Amino acid sequence: MTSSMNPAIVATDLRKSYGDKVVLNGIDLMITEGTIFALLGPNGAGKTTTVQILSTLIDADGGNARVFGHDLTREPDAVRALIGVTGQFSAVDNLLTGRENLILMADLCHLDRAAGRRRIADLLDQFDLTEAAGKPVSTYSGGMRRRLDLAMTLVGEPRVIFLDEPTTGLDPRSRRAMWHIIRALAAEGVTILLTTQYLEEADQLADRVAFLDHGRLIAEGTPRELKRLIPGGHVVLQFADQEGLDSAARTFDAATRDDAALTLQVPSDGGVGSLRALLDQLDSASISVSGLSVHTPDLDDVFLTLTGQPDTRAGRPDHERAPAR
Amino acid sequence: MSTLSLAVRDSSTMLRRNLLHMRRYPSMTFLLMGIPIIILLLFVYVFGGTLGAGLGPSGDRSQYANYVTPGILLITVVSAAQGTAISVAMDMTEGIIARFRTMSIFRPSVLTGHVLGSLVQTMLSLAAVTVVALLVGFRPTANPVEWLAAIGVLAMITFALTWLSVALGLVSDSVETASNLPMPLILLPFLGSGFVPTDSMPTAVRWFADYQPFTPVMETLRGLLLGTGIGANGIIAVVWCAVITVGCFLWAKALYNRNRTA
Repeated sequence: MTSSMNPAIVATDLRKSYGDKVVLNGIDLMITEGTIFALLGPNGAGKTTTVQILSTLIDADGGNARVFGHDLTREPDAVRALIGVTGQFSAVDNLLTGRENLILMADLCHLDRAAGRRRIADLLDQFDLTEAAGKPVSTYSGGMRRRLDLAMTLVGEPRVIFLDEPTTGLDPRSRRAMWHIIRALAAEGVTILLTTQYLEEADQLADRVAFLDHGRLIAEGTPRELKRLIPGGHVVLQFADQEGLDSAARTFDAATRDDAALTLQVPSDGGVGSLRALLDQLDSASISVSGLSVHTPDLDDVFLTLTGQPDTRAGRPDHERAPAR
Repeated sequence: MSTLSLAVRDSSTMLRRNLLHMRRYPSMTFLLMGIPIIILLLFVYVFGGTLGAGLGPSGDRSQYANYVTPGILLITVVSAAQGTAISVAMDMTEGIIARFRTMSIFRPSVLTGHVLGSLVQTMLSLAAVTVVALLVGFRPTANPVEWLAAIGVLAMITFALTWLSVALGLVSDSVETASNLPMPLILLPFLGSGFVPTDSMPTAVRWFADYQPFTPVMETLRGLLLGTGIGANGIIAVVWCAVITVGCFLWAKALYNRNRTA
């Protein structure tokens, strides 16, 4: 993730409005090749619109963007040859079987017959769809449909993949399976731009995260950097008696104590190293602790802090917003 | 790959997709075939005696079967065109269309796939309707060359009306609209020389009937299959079909390329 690596996607000042509703109000993005970039935001923040513009589905009203140096508006076909898109609504042909869907993609990617067959067999296997391959997609479960959708995107071996809310509506097991697949793709060097409303998902997957709110990027960085934007990481120690609490309070200067609950709150980033150091200190002071819990700021805290309030603003009309600077 | 070979390859891939849809869900094909067959039976066995008498002193039901068949063939084409509009409108609601738009393929291939698929479907319907027409007394006098020419004329009008219905399917905001928009087309064979000669109509209707595109097509078919005079109708039919095809192709292409996302 050094700056010397190739930028896969570069976007400058993307703008889009529908009528007088401003959906994107000047978005800049720089996504490095081979990384996972998560675009986070509530419904209506402009995530899908960003993906639709970058995947050549719709034109931006202003600004420009390049994918591996190819301009979106001037060389859309060069861009299309490099990208794969799995949208929010399943982009599969419901009237065909899973295998027929994949054959359709192989034909449209102009793979020769043998190469196409091999690729399809691999993908069916990789996505655990071999058994269902002969059944019409209309009989598939949500998770299977999403896997087939992604498999179809991968037939042409795209170098950039757009995943618009890839796990929305999936059960926890399917969600984890999807995460596993996404990580494996990035490990192979594929650049991934994913949108999600789940902060945990961005935290789990992304190298870099950008928060999108009302058509503007309000923060960008690694999950760790973003979490550092807000204070509040701490470890709570629970003691059995007042004596334990007293001696611990003497050991940790910066801690805040709660005598009624017999707990001590010690500032910490919650990392394994600092936890180990904390436990070592307790050990060497021979303090016994009856319970311990780690509180790290998660991206939820970051998002709520940055936007100033819970995301109930999602439905708020744009013209009520403060004027853009 | 050159643009042309890309166009051919992607269009044939999309054609395969549409043929698979038809093979898997044949009820639509049978439904579209049923409408012209019912109209044929109705006109031959219910109205045929009376209408046949109006054709001339020697007119009867069997003569009317001959007269009405070219009109019925056009009803077949229109009926299939309605199916095309519906299936295009349905297809546009599918997420897979967005996927096609983000792929490096011949862009109108989604549409050419529909058009070629409908052409196959309509030709099958036409064959079935012709067989029924033969069973109820249609007695064509055409030689093999005339048969080929008649098939060519039918393919030409089918091609034109299919592009029209693709555009109508694209312009519709719902499947219901797409099913209703081509409806007026089914009246055109009636408001032309399809069911009765135009000289039996009042002046205003007759004027419309003589100059609307279906009449020259039906007259050409009648001439090729039954040996009546064609005159200038052949040329006029070709011109109409070419104009409709080109106009509707450009219209459909523009509709498909616009940003549909709201």
